[in-house]
Amino acid sequence: MLSTNRESPPPAAGRAAMKKELADQFKDHRHVWVFIELERDQVHPVSFELLGEGRKLADKLGVQLAGVVLGPPGEATWFAIAEAFAYGADLAYIVEAPLLADYRNEPFTKALTDLVTNYKPEILLLGATTLGRDLAGSVATTLLTGLTADCTELDVDADGSLAATRPTFGGSLLCTIYTLNCRPQMATVRPRVMAMPPRGNNKIGRVIQHKVSMIEEEIVTKVLGFLSDGQSATANLAYADVVVAGGLGLGAVENVKLMKKLARTIGADYGCSRPLVQKGWMPADRQIGQTGKTIRPKLYIAAGISGAIQHRVGVEGADLILAINTDPNAPIFDFAHLGVVTDAIRLLPSLTELFTHRLSPHSRDKLAN
Amino acid sequence: MHIVICIKQVPDSAQIRVHPVTNTIMRQGVPTIINPYDLFALEEALQLRDRHGGEVTVLTMGPPMAEDALRKALTYGADRAVLLTDRHFAGSDTLATSFALSRAIAKIGEAFGTPDIVFTGKQTIDGDTAQVGPGIAKRLDLLQLTYVAKIVSVDINGREITVERRSEGGTQTLMSKLPCLITMLEGTNEIRRGSLDDALRAARSQIVKWNAADAGIEDLAKCGLRGSPTVVKRVFAPPERAEKAEQIDTAEKTPRDLAEELIAGIFLRQPALESELAFDGE
Ligand SMILES: Cc1cc2nc3c(=O)[nH]c(=O)nc-3n(C[C@H](O)[C@H](O)[C@H](O)COP(=O)(O)OP(=O)(O)OC[C@H]3O[C@@H](n4cnc5c(N)ncnc54)[C@H](O)[C@@H]3O)c2cc1C
Repeated sequence: MLSTNRESPPPAAGRAAMKKELADQFKDHRHVWVFIELERDQVHPVSFELLGEGRKLADKLGVQLAGVVLGPPGEATWFAIAEAFAYGADLAYIVEAPLLADYRNEPFTKALTDLVTNYKPEILLLGATTLGRDLAGSVATTLLTGLTADCTELDVDADGSLAATRPTFGGSLLCTIYTLNCRPQMATVRPRVMAMPPRGNNKIGRVIQHKVSMIEEEIVTKVLGFLSDGQSATANLAYADVVVAGGLGLGAVENVKLMKKLARTIGADYGCSRPLVQKGWMPADRQIGQTGKTIRPKLYIAAGISGAIQHRVGVEGADLILAINTDPNAPIFDFAHLGVVTDAIRLLPSLTELFTHRLSPHSRDKLAN
Repeated sequence: MHIVICIKQVPDSAQIRVHPVTNTIMRQGVPTIINPYDLFALEEALQLRDRHGGEVTVLTMGPPMAEDALRKALTYGADRAVLLTDRHFAGSDTLATSFALSRAIAKIGEAFGTPDIVFTGKQTIDGDTAQVGPGIAKRLDLLQLTYVAKIVSVDINGREITVERRSEGGTQTLMSKLPCLITMLEGTNEIRRGSLDDALRAARSQIVKWNAADAGIEDLAKCGLRGSPTVVKRVFAPPERAEKAEQIDTAEKTPRDLAEELIAGIFLRQPALESELAFDGE
């Protein structure tokens, strides 16, 4: 069976390809690069998570870690560079041009492939965001190199190759993938899969400026408008400290309110398993899991969620997972830390009420006195 | 207008089991489906054809049995189906897949007319990479519009297209030119039920079957395992968590009691949380 992501080890005929025989043209590729995603003046936090991971790889290889910033001339672009240093970059590559103001595939692909061709990184990491995936796919194809999507673990093996581990078949299996004979070795990682590294106060280091060899007239695609998701948006779900989520066990659309009410009471964000999106009970960007968001909260409360593997892969990074489910054999109890076998519809209102009591300033004051 | 859409036959991953000892996928009896995201793209392609006239060609690369997926697409109303199948494609990664598909699309262009739009789904549910669409675009030097939520307008004569695409934190409206490649987001539209006519036509239709040579692929080193820069070194099951969840005893307890115990359990494990949780109630 053909697959864009092979499901079993390659047949014996392909074993020859598993030897590392790096062509001369690739031998001078050095350093680990992290693409710093800057969109609409904001650095995506996944870039910092990747710098944390990139730092470890660079240290193992004994090479430098670079941040790559593509953006319009202006403060935000230089702020992104300063941030890259604060999160561990040793140097930064920057391409500043007005045509890099809004993300478009054409100029970004051109700028990034030019940088790679000129400065030859060994490893290039990008966030598996809509922007990162759009860009990574065309950069890898232009450079005819390997790209491993949605990695959950990155490492450097004994001979210095990047070992990129990613889930396959919806998370039921993991596979470790190498790009042996091409450079750079490229990988994307979803937001929140890697831990956020501490922010240091590194001084600005070496900055290498490069020009994009493209003019606006050559770019066919024009941005007509941008509608932000706004404040009410769910952009924060992946970064929330506390998340409450509901699954099909909530039974009916009215009961979704119980879950949201608990979330509001404790200042949490909320999400759901996939069937709730399919039923139209919740919008798609609230879905948590393999085809939804990866979250990494300090506390995750799952009400009426079975814990299928596709859901599990999105929540495993949580510090404390609490499961409420009527079925003692539900798979969620295999990876939750604290569980209670009971009816979520009955428990949620009590939980909300008691949290209210415990967390209300009034009762806090009383406790303090 | 001529629209080409790439689809993939995938195992229904909800029904996949992993062999506990060998760590391989147990495929026996696992039904295959058309990759769900591709169906949104197919519906979009069919709607554009219905509005503007022209033809929709579905293309898949896969083993001979992938013919089933193509026949299904014909029952939904696609006009023509091409199966690209050859042992040389086995083991293709995204780079090799995008190479083979792009050659086949070029050949489709020669045989049946240059496509105005090439569609793919946002990603597949087995590979999940979202890389093949952009790969094809690059290989064919097409403009790429990924994560498209809505096609706002297509001006065939002016060769212009306007789409809304998802980006981080918002929706971008882009104007671009034809020909282009579009990867389609989920949830935009639901696949139609094909008509009886379509079903009859699909049953009678000949599916065009091409091997590498038919698709004009001479350089087999760019295909399959040989053409894939990525190598799968190891496949393994995710590590089990050692201990199961600590269970709160529920015997003869009211929801209030249980809630109390749960909250105590949370703050016992994460004492710092108590001061962090915002109280936002009445
Ligand atoms: C390609 C693919 C991608 C997918 N991606 C995702 C994804 O990103 N995210 C995701 O979540 N899923 C995803 N899924 C779906 C996933 O396989 C499961 O079907 C889904 O997670 C199940 O959702 P659920 O637990 O809410 O529902 P169910 O599996 O129906 O489970 C409901 C649970 O609620 C319990 N319950 C019932 N009544 C009550 C009650 N009154 N109180 C408490 N508990 C109760 C039941 O015991 C059961 O465990 C994907 C599937 C596929 C095939």
